[in-house]
Amino acid sequence: MSNTENSMSTFEPRIVAFFCNWCTYTAADLAGTARMSYAPNVRVVRIMCSGRLDPQFVLSAFREGADGVLIGGCHPGDCHYQEGNYKALRRFTLLKQFLRAMGIEEERVRLEWIAASEGDKVQRVINEMTEAVRALGPLHLEPMSTSTVERLIPEELKADAVAQGGTHE
Amino acid sequence: MSKPKVAFYWCASCGGCEEAVVDLAEDILKVVDAVDINFWPVALDFKRTDVESLSAGELAVSFINGAIRSSEQSEMVHLLRDKSQMVVAFGSCAHLGGIPGLANTFDREALFKEAYANVPSVDNPDGTVPQTEIDVPEGKLTLPTLWDTVKTLDQVIKVEYYLPGCPPPVKLIKNAVDAIVGGQLPPVGAVLAPDIALCDECDRRETKPDKLSIKEFKRPHATDIDPEKCLLAQGLLCLGPVTRQGCGATCVKANMPCTGCMGPISRVHDYGTKALSAMASLTDTNDEQEIEDILAKIVDPVGTFYRYSLPASLLHRSYMPDAQEGNQK
Amino acid sequence: MSVVESKSNGTPKVGVYVCHCGINIAAKVDISEAVAFAKDLPYVTVAKDYKFMCSDPGQEIIQKDLRDGLIDRVVVASCSPLMHEPTFRRATAEGGGNPFLFQMANIREHVSWVTLDKVAGTEKAKALIAAAVERVVLHQPLEKTSVPVHPDVLVVGGGIAGIHAALTLADAGKKVYLVEREPTIGGHMAQFDKTFPTLDCSACILTPKMSAVRAHRNITLWTYSEVDAVDGFVGNFKVRVKRKPRYVDEEKCVGCLECIEACIFKKGKTDDEFNVGLVKRKPIYVPFPQATPLVAVIDPDSCVEFKTGKCPKSCAEACEPDAIDFNQKERIEEIEVGSIILATGFKTFDARRITRYGYGKYPGVYTSLEVERLVNAAGPTGGEIIMKNGEKPKAVGIVHCVGSRDEKTNRYCSRVCCMYSLKLAHLIKERTNAEVYNFYIDMRTPGKGYEEFYDKLLQENVHFIRGRVAEVSDWAMEPEEEGKLIIRAEDTLIGEVRRIPVDMVVLSVGLEAQPDADEVRRLFNISCSREGWFLERHPKLAPVSTFTEGVFLAGACQGPKDIPDSVAQAGAAAAEALALIDRGQVEMEPNTAYVTEELCAGCRTCSAICPYGAIVFDEEKDTASVNGALCKGCGTCVAACPSGALQQNLFTDEQIFREIKGVVSYV
Repeated sequence: MSNTENSMSTFEPRIVAFFCNWCTYTAADLAGTARMSYAPNVRVVRIMCSGRLDPQFVLSAFREGADGVLIGGCHPGDCHYQEGNYKALRRFTLLKQFLRAMGIEEERVRLEWIAASEGDKVQRVINEMTEAVRALGPLHLEPMSTSTVERLIPEELKADAVAQGGTHE
Repeated sequence: MSKPKVAFYWCASCGGCEEAVVDLAEDILKVVDAVDINFWPVALDFKRTDVESLSAGELAVSFINGAIRSSEQSEMVHLLRDKSQMVVAFGSCAHLGGIPGLANTFDREALFKEAYANVPSVDNPDGTVPQTEIDVPEGKLTLPTLWDTVKTLDQVIKVEYYLPGCPPPVKLIKNAVDAIVGGQLPPVGAVLAPDIALCDECDRRETKPDKLSIKEFKRPHATDIDPEKCLLAQGLLCLGPVTRQGCGATCVKANMPCTGCMGPISRVHDYGTKALSAMASLTDTNDEQEIEDILAKIVDPVGTFYRYSLPASLLHRSYMPDAQEGNQK
Repeated sequence: MSVVESKSNGTPKVGVYVCHCGINIAAKVDISEAVAFAKDLPYVTVAKDYKFMCSDPGQEIIQKDLRDGLIDRVVVASCSPLMHEPTFRRATAEGGGNPFLFQMANIREHVSWVTLDKVAGTEKAKALIAAAVERVVLHQPLEKTSVPVHPDVLVVGGGIAGIHAALTLADAGKKVYLVEREPTIGGHMAQFDKTFPTLDCSACILTPKMSAVRAHRNITLWTYSEVDAVDGFVGNFKVRVKRKPRYVDEEKCVGCLECIEACIFKKGKTDDEFNVGLVKRKPIYVPFPQATPLVAVIDPDSCVEFKTGKCPKSCAEACEPDAIDFNQKERIEEIEVGSIILATGFKTFDARRITRYGYGKYPGVYTSLEVERLVNAAGPTGGEIIMKNGEKPKAVGIVHCVGSRDEKTNRYCSRVCCMYSLKLAHLIKERTNAEVYNFYIDMRTPGKGYEEFYDKLLQENVHFIRGRVAEVSDWAMEPEEEGKLIIRAEDTLIGEVRRIPVDMVVLSVGLEAQPDADEVRRLFNISCSREGWFLERHPKLAPVSTFTEGVFLAGACQGPKDIPDSVAQAGAAAAEALALIDRGQVEMEPNTAYVTEELCAGCRTCSAICPYGAIVFDEEKDTASVNGALCKGCGTCVAACPSGALQQNLFTDEQIFREIKGVVSYV
């Protein structure tokens, strides 16, 4: 991979994880309580249910600079809210098709079912994914234009953004 | 008070937006009366120098349609920006990238190869592709550079307003022109169409079932389409729920599913993934294999969900791992 | 929905508080670097740190800044929100702020406790803090809604734990439904003879409680019944209970047992469940003479009338109160309760899974539960240890840890087996004066009086061999081993493999979760842990609660435990339920979905998505409409809504987009 080879050895992937509150987030807490150490590359965004995962979030994570996205939900049949994880699965399936067509490597987005007691699975999945993404290298997306950045600032904060002298880029 | 000066320009477009202006029919006379058209190369014999000779901000409004994908288009819109107080992105291509935006799943090299070598009707044994400059006895001839990536208008210059649609519905054009002339505009950055989805103005709304869910996605050419019932309920990929209204649901009235040319509602960051999320959510099964099978029927997710909006999406274009920043032009 | 509508007018002022948590966080996260980083984030006006943010002085720091008007939103970077979100929300509220203008960054469970390198840990902590700050800026001041709590309670399972919980609640004046699957309550405790360490007669201490349940006017006892469906939420559960037909009218039956005597079967042909298959029973039976309620049951699988329709029905003839009713149908009861206590107990490990111990192969190999029935005076052998060959054993081996502490079956220790093995050793010695050998790995006797009980056994000439039994066989190497069962084990204290010939082998089987634990827990929307026990909310601080509010756990269904602990836990669960009922109201988390009506086009993408029916299309308003009381706050509909008209409080799209930006674009 041309001149990125040197930087690859120091490349630390940044992975955003969306963990559902009842199973995955709890399992990650359990991994912590049990002092299981794992790669520090994954940063967790907590949602109540994997069903809340809007595919826009995945793209937004890539857009902000993530090299990979991990989605964690309860095992099928175990969703705290009955079926949210199935809806997540539906959306993820179509999203995967789309990302494949867009040339983004499959290993960059991963959906895992993790139960509340599976702290060790959290550890394993995070380590595996970190290595898989590291091998792929950084995701260099076409940089976002200023106008898109501005368009995405929520209404309530636009005035402040202007006052603070433009966007935070 | 002198009439406001306006310009109409087209970039990577089909000409439909220009025709939409003509569709104003009798009302075009009111427009012509109300404004002073300083530049409209499609309709009349205007030249680049006509714009260059204007002073900064002399134009009240420039209506620019078409996406930006070449160095010439970029230069022209920068020029018009300089000379205009207000720029309106006219039509899907300028607003979201439009159909040309689908080229963002390729790069220039792939496009040239297809157009100048692979197409069956082309005879090009040397594989010659367009160059940006060539020396001829008279001197140097240049051509604009075709970019790897198609961009929306606002990704190249600052834009005040957007008129969505492919082309923008006549009613919306009229409203926009009236608003501009009358000084009654919403806050800068607005899309000049109602901020609510198509279903709200669609005739078939009443036929929607209380619990909408889809067991099989159908393609328009491969099924009998009931002219009365909600198209989405029939399994067609009607993107009405994701798409802004204002067009009067013309496509649906013609018994075809909405393809999303008016773009997203304001709350949505990325049209395509929102559409994808909505359609996937509707699949009527929890079985992993069934989900895969039903969704496999959506043969071209990029073309289906980002038909008009790929350049405007969060990814802008398909991923080219070897590309470096700046290499995209 | 603008910031201007929030309590603070104008620009948000965020206070960031980074906790050291002693050295729990400080050892792997550079606190001062994190604080300095936080100070530079947009909208942050205050950035501080403290050793223990959750303590009173820690909370006071936040409250003072709120009162002084320096901040109106709070970010605490410390442990998991699952630990202290309620603590800090309360602290924020008490300081005069809105408790929902608050966000936590988990830099302990997710950072300091799992990251080896301090530099990497600090970077990750900074990213999470940035995410929290970016997000909290868009939080809205929300109010919790309250719903009333129904005062009735459902207790599922009528073993000692369920009985104790039901009695405690009933004595407190609450109406209790006690639903038990078997035809009688009593559970496993009813099968025991004596209980350790006091050697109390199990029935003597249990049966008064069983009668009290039957007699209590606040308890509705439904035996031979199962919970079929559960709907609703804390304070407002709707439960459907299936009452299986006994074919005997409970109201009319007086418990005279004449029907059993009169049955055309002169001898039982079906395995007697209560006696663990040691004897047979007739198709019409009561599980044991002190069964509560003392009402006969007809088993349709073995009853001739049900199989052929041609029985003389001598049972019905013998029944004076005319209680037998072959046409009895299953009944469905629908009840409303505010809280639920699960006390469904355990099952014993199936000893056939360890083939080398010979259970099911050699008639002289018994499980501990079978021996409990043998030593029981009301059991099949009248309390004498008489084996299947009719003889009393002269030598007995008791094998500990069968199906426990074992990688191949269950890794955990079943907690009660050492004690009951000692108890059985004592009782067997007492009844037969046989040589008794206990083969153990460790002696686990931690409870009150337990070690003393072990001491007593040591005085009683019981042999203790420290070594896990390798196999039980009937293959004799010496003449004196002929006709015996040989237990082979390494005696690790002398370092030799020994062969001990015995007449009877008792396998101390471990405890396991009930075989249908997985289905049951789905009914109640709770989780199971790895080994199949019901999962408690927190192993130390919330052992009787579950992650589903209003559903509590009592007894062995939560994990192996003895009778004192089961009773204690049952009391605790009853107390939790009582606390809920006495509060009268339960506050709902305000993270519900809502519709911005001007944006809703009525596309109906949402209405099929909600499993609770919380979103419907409102014909009058002509838009979707969310029922806040039914909405559980999962957000699935929000992700589906194609126009962003549906949002979720505390998890709006914009808040999450900002969190994503924060978590990946700064560091």
